[in-house]
Amino acid sequence: MDEKSDFEPRILGFLCNWCSYAGADLAGVSRFQYPPNVRIIRVMCSSRVDPMYIVKALTDGIDGVLVAGCHPGDCHYIEGNYRARRRMVALDQILERYGLKDRVFLEWVSASEGKRFAEVITHVTEEIKKLGPNPHKKKWEI
Amino acid sequence: MQDQNEYFEHYYEDVPLEDDYLMLAPEIALLEDQTSYIESEIEINAENAIRTSKRKMEGDVLVVGAGISGMQAALDIADKGYRVIMLEKSSTIGGNMVKLDKTFPTNDCSICTAAPKMVEVARHQNISLMTYAEIMSLKGEKGDFTAHVFRKTAYVDPDKCTGCGDCAVVCPVEVINPFDDKLSKRKGIYIEFPQAVPIVYSINYENCVGCGSCERVCDAEAISFLQKSEDIEIKVGSVIVATGYDLFEPLEMRKEYGYGKYPNVITAMQFERLLSSFGPTEGKILRPSDGGKPESIGWIQCVGSRSKQLGFPFCSRVCCMYATKEAAITKEMDPDIDVTIFFMDMRAYGKDFQQYYDKAMEMGVNYIRARPSSVYQNEDGSIAVRYMDTHTREILEMNQDMLVLSTAIIPSKENPRLGEVLGIEVDNNGFFQSGSIVSDPIQTTRDGVYLAGCNQGPKDIPDSVAMASGAAARAIEAIIEREKVTPIPPPEEKDVSGQEPRIGVFICHCGKNINGFLDCEEVAEKAGEDGNVVYSINSMFVCSEDSQKEIREKIEEHDLNRVIVAACSPITHGGLFQDTLVESGLNKYLFEFANIRQHCSWVHSHDRPKATRKAMDLVNMAIAKSKLLQPLSQEEVDVTPVVLVIGGGVAGMKAALALSDMEIDTHVVEMSDKLGGNLNKLHSLFPTDQEPSELVTDLSARIEASEYVTVHLNTTLEELEGFVGNFKVYMKGPDGDEELEFGSAIIASGFGEIDMEGKYGYGSSPKIMTQTELEGHFKADDLEKPETVVMINCAGAMDEERPWCCRIGCGVSIKNAKLLKERFPDSDIYILYRDIRVFGKDEEEYFANVIENLKVKIIRYSEVEKPDVAIGEDGAITVKVRDQVYNEELELPADLLVLTAQTEGSESSVRLQEMFKIPVGPGHFFIEAHAKIRPLDLASDGVYFCGSAHFPKNLADAIAQAEGAASRAAIPIMQGIVKGEGITSSINALTCSGCGMCVEVCPYSAITLDEETGIAVVNATLCKGCGACAAACPSGSARQRGYRDNQILAMMYAMG
Repeated sequence: MDEKSDFEPRILGFLCNWCSYAGADLAGVSRFQYPPNVRIIRVMCSSRVDPMYIVKALTDGIDGVLVAGCHPGDCHYIEGNYRARRRMVALDQILERYGLKDRVFLEWVSASEGKRFAEVITHVTEEIKKLGPNPHKKKWEI
Repeated sequence: MQDQNEYFEHYYEDVPLEDDYLMLAPEIALLEDQTSYIESEIEINAENAIRTSKRKMEGDVLVVGAGISGMQAALDIADKGYRVIMLEKSSTIGGNMVKLDKTFPTNDCSICTAAPKMVEVARHQNISLMTYAEIMSLKGEKGDFTAHVFRKTAYVDPDKCTGCGDCAVVCPVEVINPFDDKLSKRKGIYIEFPQAVPIVYSINYENCVGCGSCERVCDAEAISFLQKSEDIEIKVGSVIVATGYDLFEPLEMRKEYGYGKYPNVITAMQFERLLSSFGPTEGKILRPSDGGKPESIGWIQCVGSRSKQLGFPFCSRVCCMYATKEAAITKEMDPDIDVTIFFMDMRAYGKDFQQYYDKAMEMGVNYIRARPSSVYQNEDGSIAVRYMDTHTREILEMNQDMLVLSTAIIPSKENPRLGEVLGIEVDNNGFFQSGSIVSDPIQTTRDGVYLAGCNQGPKDIPDSVAMASGAAARAIEAIIEREKVTPIPPPEEKDVSGQEPRIGVFICHCGKNINGFLDCEEVAEKAGEDGNVVYSINSMFVCSEDSQKEIREKIEEHDLNRVIVAACSPITHGGLFQDTLVESGLNKYLFEFANIRQHCSWVHSHDRPKATRKAMDLVNMAIAKSKLLQPLSQEEVDVTPVVLVIGGGVAGMKAALALSDMEIDTHVVEMSDKLGGNLNKLHSLFPTDQEPSELVTDLSARIEASEYVTVHLNTTLEELEGFVGNFKVYMKGPDGDEELEFGSAIIASGFGEIDMEGKYGYGSSPKIMTQTELEGHFKADDLEKPETVVMINCAGAMDEERPWCCRIGCGVSIKNAKLLKERFPDSDIYILYRDIRVFGKDEEEYFANVIENLKVKIIRYSEVEKPDVAIGEDGAITVKVRDQVYNEELELPADLLVLTAQTEGSESSVRLQEMFKIPVGPGHFFIEAHAKIRPLDLASDGVYFCGSAHFPKNLADAIAQAEGAASRAAIPIMQGIVKGEGITSSINALTCSGCGMCVEVCPYSAITLDEETGIAVVNATLCKGCGACAAACPSGSARQRGYRDNQILAMMYAMG
């Protein structure tokens, strides 16, 4: 158990440029504190996130992945977030077999939801901490 | 322990506050006041200086004042290819906006949205900026003005000053800093704030003791007491006055609130400076008396406004929201601080304001409806606020550790002098007089001279920005025939193909905003370890104007072919740095941003090692991507020089006329059979009682007469294709189908009352009607005398279903109550309201008059106890309401019940949203590109909007917006060329199998399968660069430029 409490997960976050990245900016402007475990990659739209990235991240030993986009109906590109959602549902079914499903999160964060962004990151970090380090990391490192 | 009170030690010292430092030129002051302390050397210099050098300048438009309004006006004109000369009386542009911490209702960082605009002004080739300059006379007429400008010397050569600040370190003089509203001190030689533009130190003659210390330490030899003031003659065609406002100083009037007497009573602007991360306390909320943390903070509203006797009669429009913002931010920062706002009416009238107010209440901001009578100081320095409980009528007291006075926007005390100089009139209150306060807010009383921003009346930032764009449109008319400036092409793009990446990394301290929470030097060192990073540096403010110079120099010196800035956010500052790359001959897509402020230092403020580690990772990820960046090309297309205006209401008509004045072919499409929109339904206008039919007739006639405007009545839009510069619309009109090609569009689709069926008995009695229906009866003059009239305001508004304020209802109800009272003086008229929101110019005065002189009775009800309407068997209507002021249940018989109905955007919004691919928010109102600084732009390029399509609006605001939208829409037309997006998709034809997955996912129909080859082809001008195709492609043939698989994966592998 001790190992788990010292465990600082490495989490990758894909944020869409128009909503979630701006929401993360607002969290900053509002000084909402959250754990420093997430590294962010900005993409123009959540529909840009190729499920392969998530698989690659997890096989590379990254402990968790967050994909965040505009709320349903608010997509800057009209319907990109729906595509992201469908892809994630499909991906979940694959990840479930490898016990990785719980390490992937899809969240909607708008540009005005700074507080929510901080809460999402806090929540994701806590959940991954509970799960412990990515078990597949070592397997693939052999 | 550090003595926290160091922040305020000066606060009550007797340091001269230089406030009116521009009232006298230093040379003249020197001659008038030969005081002994001035050394003889300076006297000699002053004698030299009195012989000011003279020069002449020519331009197209003169913009006086460089706050957010002046900057927007200047940029709008300069972007159209005309020359702007810009005057600013202080040492920097930016105005009051840069002093604010955040802006409501989005809580954006104020300086972060304003600073990129400032740099844009500074680097625009068509703008000549003069600070320390004041206009002394304006002769001539529209099209041919001659202005005399006095430019006071700052004794520093702007071309030589590097902004290093060594001079300020040695300067022995300290004065109270007006930029921090007296909460801090600054040196005699100074810049106002780190991102000041131009970044040139200045000496105030009044404060200078002439010791010469600054001159001796200045390596650049920029300081010279021999530098002369200038007398400049400027020839221009139009003038825009954007000179801003003053804030009420509660020293003589409203003394009862203890400002200047009790240290813990401060103004709201001072509170903004406390909140600001580059303010006197670096963003900490501390009590001035002892530097301690306050446990409670109170705000008193309407200090200096809404009182003829103790200030000004008008409503200052912004104070309710800024106090709400300040209180909410306080609560967010520290939920243990009790915050209370003492207010009269909560004027949350704007877009998203009511929701913002609701949220503040949820967060625990305590609102007390009272105008406190006085305050006094307790022994512990806290402030006791005395007020009357509105329910019990008891006099109560509440202690506050700090008290903030929400001081009003008032006319600048310079206005009378300036009005005389410019030959324009000043109104009763001291604001500049508009041509008409409802129908021509931008025009002054002098032809060719236009107004923008708060010098015409109190305004919030987006209204000022919209008006500034409007002034820019109007100013073009007189100079339209002039030759436009040929744009200087940027230096030829360097060919970096095949070169090994040579990366420059610039790490920003952002004052202490980043470096205060993580170690920038370490981050820069770590970045420098990468083999491809040839230059890595940490510096104070990378966004400042001088840093752009430094980036350009370093690109040159180290032959950099990639640049990374690690600072705030690419959303606010990305474009600024990309422009710097372009100026250095680098493709703008060779730039990469690492967000180490919003995503790091500000959110991990309590763990310096981890924040530093994360910043290193973020920079490392940017480096990894940067190595793989490629130059991207932006397609240039010619623009069809036609504007489409959708909607023929007053906003659409005004926009069309403004375009016509700029000699741009304009087509107005209107669904109904006549122009005029909602104005056709109205009897008279608030607050001037003007008849709208006069205005509609006048505007229609001018449109008819214009050779540039074509009107399509009874016409609907069927289908749209194309993109900015080259749209094509298919319309259905009375004469069949029509096609129209155009370059940009303005949406002015308006609004209307919601369907009231079933609400407050509407539909079940002819005696129950909406305000618009009542106007119809006024027009038809068929009203029978009612004994009692009840009006219910906010009907269907500000509830869960429709949480917004309708913005105009209060004014309309008051105006109609007045009309009824004038017709039927014996009738009793009751207005049931939640807040009286009359916020515009002359509105408060109109309201006060109706209440005092016409005896219209107003009854406040609460949102939880809405009025109840009962209809008896005989058809008699009774309205039951609980009066919040007297806390009693009333039953009012109503011969006429008028509902002030909630409003929402036009039903056509949904179709327009699909056609133009633009977002629509609650109530079918379109969502602007940026709530504060891009209020007229929509998310799709080349599409603009105005009037009530944005949010319900009174006429003056709608017209200012309409003229502003015309200015925005004219920019691509006048530039003649638009550049497409560089981040687009491409298909690798060698690997594409033609499966069509990408075709299916593309929301813009930008991808098609080639008929011959069967493989996918991207139309780059239609592609908006979302990247959905790249994620969908099973063979990796679809690629998103700038976000290619290898670039994203490289970042992933570099995340540490």
